[in-house]
Amino acid sequence: MRHLPWIVFALTGAFALAVIATQRGEPINALWIVTAAVCLFIVAYRYYALYIAKHVMRLDPGRPTPAVRRADGLDYVATEKTVLFGHHFAAIAGAGPLVGPVLAAQMGYLPGTLWILAGVVVAGAVQDFMVLFISMRRDGRSLGELVRMEMGAVAGTIALFGTLMIMIILLAVLALIVVKALAESPWGMFTVAATVPLAMAMGVYTRWIRPGRVGEVSLIGFVGLILAIIYGQQIAASPVWGPFFTFTPEQLCWLLIGYGAVASVLPVWLLLAPRDYLSTFLKIGAIAALAVCIVIMAPPLRMPALTQFVDGSGPVWSGTLFPFLFITIACGAVSGFHALIASGTTPKLIANEAHAPLIGYGAMLMEAFVAIMALVGASILDPGIYFAMNSPAAVLGPDAASAAAAVTNMGFPITADALTQAAKDVGETTIISRTGGAPTLAVAMAEIFSHVIGGPGMKAFWYHFAILFEALFILTAVDAGTRAGRFMIQDLIGLAAPRFRDTKALLPGLIATGLCVSGWGFFLYQGVTDPLGGVNTLWPVFGISNQMLAAMALMFCTAVLFRMKRERYAWVTAVPTAWLLICTISAGSLKLFSPDPKIGFLSHAAVFSEAAARGEVLAPAKSMAEMNRIIFNDRIDAALCALFLAVVLALLYFAVKTCIAARRSNEPTAREIPPSAVPAE
Amino acid sequence: MTGFLARLRETAHLMVGLPSYDAYLSHMTARHPDQKPMNEAEFFRNRQEARYGGRNGGRCC
Repeated sequence: MRHLPWIVFALTGAFALAVIATQRGEPINALWIVTAAVCLFIVAYRYYALYIAKHVMRLDPGRPTPAVRRADGLDYVATEKTVLFGHHFAAIAGAGPLVGPVLAAQMGYLPGTLWILAGVVVAGAVQDFMVLFISMRRDGRSLGELVRMEMGAVAGTIALFGTLMIMIILLAVLALIVVKALAESPWGMFTVAATVPLAMAMGVYTRWIRPGRVGEVSLIGFVGLILAIIYGQQIAASPVWGPFFTFTPEQLCWLLIGYGAVASVLPVWLLLAPRDYLSTFLKIGAIAALAVCIVIMAPPLRMPALTQFVDGSGPVWSGTLFPFLFITIACGAVSGFHALIASGTTPKLIANEAHAPLIGYGAMLMEAFVAIMALVGASILDPGIYFAMNSPAAVLGPDAASAAAAVTNMGFPITADALTQAAKDVGETTIISRTGGAPTLAVAMAEIFSHVIGGPGMKAFWYHFAILFEALFILTAVDAGTRAGRFMIQDLIGLAAPRFRDTKALLPGLIATGLCVSGWGFFLYQGVTDPLGGVNTLWPVFGISNQMLAAMALMFCTAVLFRMKRERYAWVTAVPTAWLLICTISAGSLKLFSPDPKIGFLSHAAVFSEAAARGEVLAPAKSMAEMNRIIFNDRIDAALCALFLAVVLALLYFAVKTCIAARRSNEPTAREIPPSAVPAE
Repeated sequence: MTGFLARLRETAHLMVGLPSYDAYLSHMTARHPDQKPMNEAEFFRNRQEARYGGRNGGRCC
């Protein structure tokens, strides 16, 4: 009888899925997808997460956690579980689960939905939960240290290096999304620029006027943000200030690089911390509001379940459903980055081992729910608008008429007037080729929010609110990520030159910051000047790298299960590892060697270098110098893919080696802190 | 209701890396009665530095 409520959830979910699967031809309501997701997540949590907790990990509520053993009131604090759930969710949910599903919608809503649902239950949430568990049993150490402990120093260094490269690509792609959203948009640019002085004022307030009053200062900041959005409209319309806040993508790129370099060496209380307050609370608030408004609005999905682009000819990103869909949606289904968070502050705060399923597995389910909402958002838009916003300018041509013709030609009829009107509704001059996912999501959020609050007249406000919300936490991530990247670089160089490790010393810090900024700045510039729009090139590389990190984390978890002598249960992590390895290795190799120049970097480079040898200039390049830059970029991207492949294969080798050694041993070799260890004073 | 609001406040604070000052104080009185605890402003600055200035800067995508 105790299973009865869960059976009800399972049946409801199955029914919702059946509706999604059978209703063809007429648009289905978004609520079916939301219902299916919620029911599936509840059942997966009750059965799979608790199965893992009980049998695979054998969580022991009596065993002291790091927060108990090493309690210091600062880093190690036993925290109430719902409070910690909020902390962990806020740390894992960022731009990824919002952007990936929007891009994936080019294949229709069905493939993305199914991958998010299956991926999170079997892979993503398992990874977060396992890493949290392993770190929790080892004093809350970080992923790099854990790999070093359980798989050896070489594997640890490779993992650290791989993580750094992924971080750099992540920062570049996030910055690119901001550039795409703010270019030629004085309203958006003004509101985002206004957050800098606003955050600084908040920083001064929390530093000297009323230290520690985070709630108070955030409210003041929030009012400031709303005022910035409201006045942004007038600023954008002003003949003086409008052009002043209008930037080309290339100008924005340099602004961002400069911003990243300066912001990451400023004291944290001045800019980073206060903006983090704003972006965190805005993010949580916007996500909650989106969920409520989707339920109230109950919009029908206008995107077809499947589009013809499953064959790989899509304009948003190139490549067939397998393997490229599975790397396009990384965060939301499975995200390697979470392994860093789950081995960060959370394991030091967990009060009881029994809380781990809710925090590790549950928070990731919640992120998958965010991804489902983003997918719903992209799918309620007119597909004509979706493709006009997300196709590269090279496909769409110079104006609304050519864009409407191009999109209609794809099979999604739309008129030039409709495109112009859609731009006008959200207070922009154009929405054509606003790639990167963020603007599309902002249009969808404007649609959903204005349905509930304010009506069509508020659309422009909500659009810029959504852009601000996305840009704000991306900029925070760029700032915080540059700092984290700096420490990773110092650690890595420190392996060769120990003096470089000193985080207080000025010169190594500046050098490492410079290296980090120029790393992501390089890829950002490449993406901004890429005639295909950049997102097309960079998002797959980011997806591959993020999924590879997930594969690495899951391989590590498998190795630990072997070392615990629980290889009977190793399938829990080995199955998602295998799937991720298949996806990322095939996607990585296709990116390298595919003969189709739209997919393979090397064949693309070959087409251009052959033309260059003949003295020809191929579109979209306009000069021989641009030709050479395209060739150079292709080769860099190819080298990067090769590097990621090498890193993941090296880790695979070490994981297999560790597993074999563990099998030979008669006793567990995992280095857990024993349950009886006395608290360290 | 006040319990719920207090928990909400605590959650919001921890989301931006600020643990409970009361918990810190009770830890200090229970375990280190000989040491003078930081005052609230010092505690806040200490936590801010720990969250952003150190190695915990990684935020997710």
